[in-house]
Amino acid sequence: MGAARGLARRASWRWPEIVFWLVAFGALLMPAGKYLILNEIAILALFALSLDLILGYAGIVSLGHAAFFGAGAYTAGLLAKHVTGDPLAGLALAMAVATLLGFLTTFLVLRGSDLTRLMVTLGVALVLGELANALPHISGGADGLQGVVMGKLLGRFEFDLFGRTAYAYSLTTLFVLMLLARRIVHSPFGLSLMAIRRNALRAGALGVPVHVRLIAAYTLAAAYAGAAGALLAQTTAFVSLDVFEFHRSADVLLVLIIGGAGWLYGGIAGAVIYKLLQDGIATVTPQYWQFWIGLLLVAFVMVGRQRFVGGLYGLLALARRR
Amino acid sequence: MATILFDGVAYGMLLFVLACGLAVTLGLMNFVNLAHGAFAMAGGYVTVILMDRWGVPFLACLPAAFVAAAALGFVLERTLYLHMYGRSHLDQVLFSIGLVFMAVTAVDWAMGSSQQNIKLPAWLQGRRDVFGMQVGIYRSFIIVICGALALGLQLALTHSRFGSRLRAAVDDARVARGLGIPVSTVFAVTFAVGSGLAGLGGALGTEILGLDPNFPLRFMIYFLIVVTVGGTSGIVGPFVASLLLGVADVAGKYYVPALGAFMVYLVMIAVLVLRPHGLFARPR
Amino acid sequence: MSVVLETRDLAKRFGGLLATHDVTFRLERGARQALIGPNGAGKTTFVNLLTGVLPPSAGQVLLLGEDITRLRPEARVRRGLVRTFQINQLFGDLTPLETLALVVDERLALGGDWRRRVGAVDAVSAEVEQVAERFGLLDVLDRRTDTLPYGKQRLLEIAAAFACAPQVLLLDEPAAGVPEAERRDILDAIAALPEDVSVLLIEHDMDLVFSFARRISVLVDGGLLVEGEPAAIAADPRVRTVYLGESRDG
Repeated sequence: MGAARGLARRASWRWPEIVFWLVAFGALLMPAGKYLILNEIAILALFALSLDLILGYAGIVSLGHAAFFGAGAYTAGLLAKHVTGDPLAGLALAMAVATLLGFLTTFLVLRGSDLTRLMVTLGVALVLGELANALPHISGGADGLQGVVMGKLLGRFEFDLFGRTAYAYSLTTLFVLMLLARRIVHSPFGLSLMAIRRNALRAGALGVPVHVRLIAAYTLAAAYAGAAGALLAQTTAFVSLDVFEFHRSADVLLVLIIGGAGWLYGGIAGAVIYKLLQDGIATVTPQYWQFWIGLLLVAFVMVGRQRFVGGLYGLLALARRR
Repeated sequence: MATILFDGVAYGMLLFVLACGLAVTLGLMNFVNLAHGAFAMAGGYVTVILMDRWGVPFLACLPAAFVAAAALGFVLERTLYLHMYGRSHLDQVLFSIGLVFMAVTAVDWAMGSSQQNIKLPAWLQGRRDVFGMQVGIYRSFIIVICGALALGLQLALTHSRFGSRLRAAVDDARVARGLGIPVSTVFAVTFAVGSGLAGLGGALGTEILGLDPNFPLRFMIYFLIVVTVGGTSGIVGPFVASLLLGVADVAGKYYVPALGAFMVYLVMIAVLVLRPHGLFARPR
Repeated sequence: MSVVLETRDLAKRFGGLLATHDVTFRLERGARQALIGPNGAGKTTFVNLLTGVLPPSAGQVLLLGEDITRLRPEARVRRGLVRTFQINQLFGDLTPLETLALVVDERLALGGDWRRRVGAVDAVSAEVEQVAERFGLLDVLDRRTDTLPYGKQRLLEIAAAFACAPQVLLLDEPAAGVPEAERRDILDAIAALPEDVSVLLIEHDMDLVFSFARRISVLVDGGLLVEGEPAAIAADPRVRTVYLGESRDG
């Protein structure tokens, strides 16, 4: 049947995907590689993937996605500090808390206009930041959450100094959640999100219960962001107030935009590029690298992705020739 | 209690002057400019530099702050913002966030990251006893200046030729162009004036709100709330919204200090639940 | 019952402007009815009121006897009231295949399923093919909608609405902007709609109106001027006055 085959093709695995995952996992086999930065990339990629679910697929712009990231981070950190160092328990609880938080905030976020949404998403993250700041005996306040001790992963793997276990853990979590996301995105639910993003009015006029779907998407995205936050807390054994800060929400937005929203791998692509850029710029100007990030963002938006990437290549080529 | 109200009103008026430029820009060009706070910051720092390094008296710095911020706004609008009209809100958000980052780090590099202080002239310092309540002189000054500005703006909008052109352009830019109104000039002037007002607000606010490179980020949410609650179809809405916010914030911090910092957000949530399209939304 | 769609004293105010003016309107089962009127008469506002995009200032809308005035658009679609849009509102970078699959899935209450792949249910794929065939879209199923010729896009617009299995179909200027060469397909598709679907056609193109409609309603300045059979409408002097100065093609 032509239609069935045509639709089946949407969900098939493309070879670049397979190659990517092989390479990503393959890095674990290499002797003492750059696991720390790879871990950071994996966590950032998961965070960006979570934003992709609402921005790329449902079309919701959020200026405060860090709210869920931070909620997940503190949940995981607090659980490890007070109850159990089991990483998977922390991850599960963090996702549960983030999911609940996401669901509750949909009642505010999905009302009103675009502008209202910007304000609300920003506000929610700021509220949580204030909350954490106002409860230093729980959150550790400005010094951050101390005394987070992680147990062994699956009872066997210790979190080592080189970050190998950390990277394996983060990468596997990313992979599993990516598989789930793939499934969701290629399902009728995912298709309805894509329609809503492009034209919510028309989607409603064709019988899609727009509001219900958006609530589900937003809640799911919150869960994923919470997972990313938990990974950060667990692999660094530390949580500080900056998990709620605006720059975290802004940075993840930038990461996703660089990689491209709406094709699921944009978060990963963006995270890789962003981290490499950050590393590169930070070695030159460690204190003011955010200026260059801002400049890149402005240039990127004004010039468009294709010309921007082309320009980057040109600059890299110039630098290499010197 | 009256003092609280008074302080809240002063704070609110200051917020109004700071945020009204954003409200008009948003209503006029449908442009989400998250970098609005940077112009306020510019006005503040110009004042600091003029006072500290060149001993310029405070009062003289105020118009200078306005002019400097307005000039900066004009230049940026003609060179950068211009290309972003008509782009999606997401693009505008990203663009203005990029500008904020640049502004914040540039100021940090140039002026250092510590809080800036200015020494107010003696005649503006202190408190007076008025009808049995303690009234701050500086806050009275702010209320007078900002009140006059608000009144002047409203009169200009409703009674001047530029004002009616502006209102026409806000209602429907295409039709306005068709009527021969130079919409692009209106945009440029409005943006410049809005930025200038922000700069003036930043200068006035240094004493009360504090001034450091993070100012644009710290106050972003306040501006957004004023504009969302107050609406963008005039300046009456933002004015009322600013007062509401100012009083709520000051009163909250005084009466319920544990919740004080959250007052702003509670206001935001309350408004959203009751009137998702803002208190002064245009009827459908 | 024979009246499938009805409005009672429906009115809509925009500030000082009365866009819809105490309209009492009836659509019979199996109708082939057209709604015409000069530009600015309020036809699209009326459709928006019928479909729930705009809330009325007064009056009621009834579908199959049920008062749907308070219902959201999605709920009206589920009860069988579907519309197309005058300006294309399709999902640009989705394919007709995806668009139709979306509609059919939603109708069969499978739209919330997040586990199964789109197209895994045979019944859905089969129906998508049937609808595509009826509207001549089989050859473009796999192409991005915004790369299709405009006529095909308009056909997809109607096909998507049809895939909702409507009882009442509101077609808002389906042939608007379609090049002459592609109009035939659209006219044929509309003519071939099943008898049990009641159709209200909003149109400017008088050729289309007179070849399609068995009954015509004339809307002027937000109010119903007159209703009746095509011959009567064509001969009515009031209708001629309203259209005086306008060309036959609107």
